[in-house]
Amino acid sequence: MDKILRVNMSDLSSTMEAVPKEWAGLGGRALTSAIVAAEVIPTCHPLGKNNKLVFAPGLLSGTAAANTGRFSCGAKSPLTGTIKESNAGGTAAQMFARLGIKAMIIEGLPKADAWYGMHVSKDGVSISEETELVGKGNFAIVEALEQRFGKKTGILSIGQAGEMRMLTANISVKDLDSKIRSHGRGGLGAVMGSKKIKFIAIDDTAAPGIKLADPEKFKDAARTFAKAVISHPATGEGLPTFGTAEMVNIVNAAGGLPTRNFTYGQFEDHEKISGETLRETIIERGGKPKHGCQSGCIIQCSQVYNDKDGNYVTSGFEYETIETLGANACIGDLDIIAKADYIMDDIGVDSIETAIAFGVAMEAGVLPFGDGAGVLKMLTDDIAAGTPLGRILGSGAGNVGKLYGITRVPVVKNQGIPAYDPRSIKGIGITYATSTMGADHTAGYAVGTNLMGVGGGVVDPLSKNGQVELSRHLQIITVMLDSIGLCLFVGFPAADIPTCVPALIDMLNARFGLELTPDWIGGLGVTTLKTERAFNTAAGFNSSHDRLPEFFEEPLLPHNAVWDFTGEEIDEFWNF
Amino acid sequence: MKITIELYATFRNGRFKDEQREYMDGITVGHVVDDLGIDRGEVGMALVNGRHASMEQVLSEGEVVALFSMLGGG
Repeated sequence: MDKILRVNMSDLSSTMEAVPKEWAGLGGRALTSAIVAAEVIPTCHPLGKNNKLVFAPGLLSGTAAANTGRFSCGAKSPLTGTIKESNAGGTAAQMFARLGIKAMIIEGLPKADAWYGMHVSKDGVSISEETELVGKGNFAIVEALEQRFGKKTGILSIGQAGEMRMLTANISVKDLDSKIRSHGRGGLGAVMGSKKIKFIAIDDTAAPGIKLADPEKFKDAARTFAKAVISHPATGEGLPTFGTAEMVNIVNAAGGLPTRNFTYGQFEDHEKISGETLRETIIERGGKPKHGCQSGCIIQCSQVYNDKDGNYVTSGFEYETIETLGANACIGDLDIIAKADYIMDDIGVDSIETAIAFGVAMEAGVLPFGDGAGVLKMLTDDIAAGTPLGRILGSGAGNVGKLYGITRVPVVKNQGIPAYDPRSIKGIGITYATSTMGADHTAGYAVGTNLMGVGGGVVDPLSKNGQVELSRHLQIITVMLDSIGLCLFVGFPAADIPTCVPALIDMLNARFGLELTPDWIGGLGVTTLKTERAFNTAAGFNSSHDRLPEFFEEPLLPHNAVWDFTGEEIDEFWNF
Repeated sequence: MKITIELYATFRNGRFKDEQREYMDGITVGHVVDDLGIDRGEVGMALVNGRHASMEQVLSEGEVVALFSMLGGG
């Protein structure tokens, strides 16, 4: 990957630049964060002319290595006001990598009051005015662009929510089945909407492709890596069998399943929304219990969910969405949640943030807890339509809470807390409090170690002991996963299978002709986290923002668990 | 004494979702696992009344043992 594409929306021009030395060893999140930190004024308005939208594939994206097709999108987040990296599967990362695009930086705002479509190919970027697809949802966009550009086209797009610059707006990525994966968190769809970009189509015809420095060594290392991934019970059996929804029963049994807007830690009807039930239902109805979000995926944690007549409803049906609508909003019905998941994909809103917002809205009396039909109606008739209520819901959980005078508002840095109650799973609470991204469960997934002993044994989820060290270790390692283009679930074999990390290092060395050693990983993580934190500090954040909301002092059944870390204990996190 | 056993994920295959069973006093989590024909190494998470338990933990009347095969997360 040898070029940086720079697109200026102020004059609709674009350039191809050589990769500066300081970015050469970076990819994915490490690269998007380096670029945002270097080029975006930390105090800028996230929807204004000084914010930039950066896309970057991972360092191993485009190679034949398994599970390396993740794409990173970075900017200053309009939801959190912090630096943001949002990560997605789909087809875009591999196409960018094959085209030799190390990063695409989109800057400025158009002068005209028009919408634009972008086309990226081996010849660079072309930008043209777009009218036909304005106001359309993402599924219609995929269909129309496949007609225009051919079935193989890659697509990044925003739905109605992004056009309206809602803080829950996401960026959609076309997957192999012409369905949708999402850069979900942090409202990056609003940044794309502020720059009046409705879609980015990608054509990798005659792309230069990937040149490996040492193809034989790469092949061997890739084989070792794939074996390690398959041999871990999480990635080899659990996830392909039950998907991420397997966590419903695990988290419920541990007493950390957010229920009724984070009032309880267990949900009576947990079986109705469990991974076990999801699998049975999918198989009964002829869907796919195993499915990959990117080509080269050997984990296959995704699924295709059909209705009772066997028609497609949604794919990529994840634990956090199912839990938050199912238990936290008390809907308890997979069919309704699946329909909601489809609508949220279509209108282009973060299914996590929006689901949490509904929980707060229910506490506020906007609609009753458990009102699944009400959620579906508000998604289409309010959020997609941009009514005042829709704009409230579409602005995320924190803002709903503010506007309705609610105190039980589960957010950190204004981003909603996903699907794990920090009182009963204290490791993830530290990640929520300290992550530069706001409340982000993937940034340092302590749940694996707290509940299932990933990485060397259980760290008791109900105790404060060891949680800060655990979250720190995981947040540092996760930067590496996010920067190589790796699926987050590679974190499980990376922690437990000794051949995994050496194989990753071997692949990097064979790809680029380097001589990295495993301590490169820690270095990359530390540097990136500190870069992100420095941006946040300059944007106005300090340690007082690394805190959980006050209501987490209330005991949570069944364990009467409370969030009892002091500020000083939390701030220890940054002692590295 | 009566113990409630909850089985999850692949442990349900050929067994049950939840059942109450009679056991001798002094039985451990590990004994319950063995009794079910489950390899102890396959247990991803064992909880007693919602708290993590080792195979050596001695059980008391009325406790709930939840057993999960090795899974992952999301």
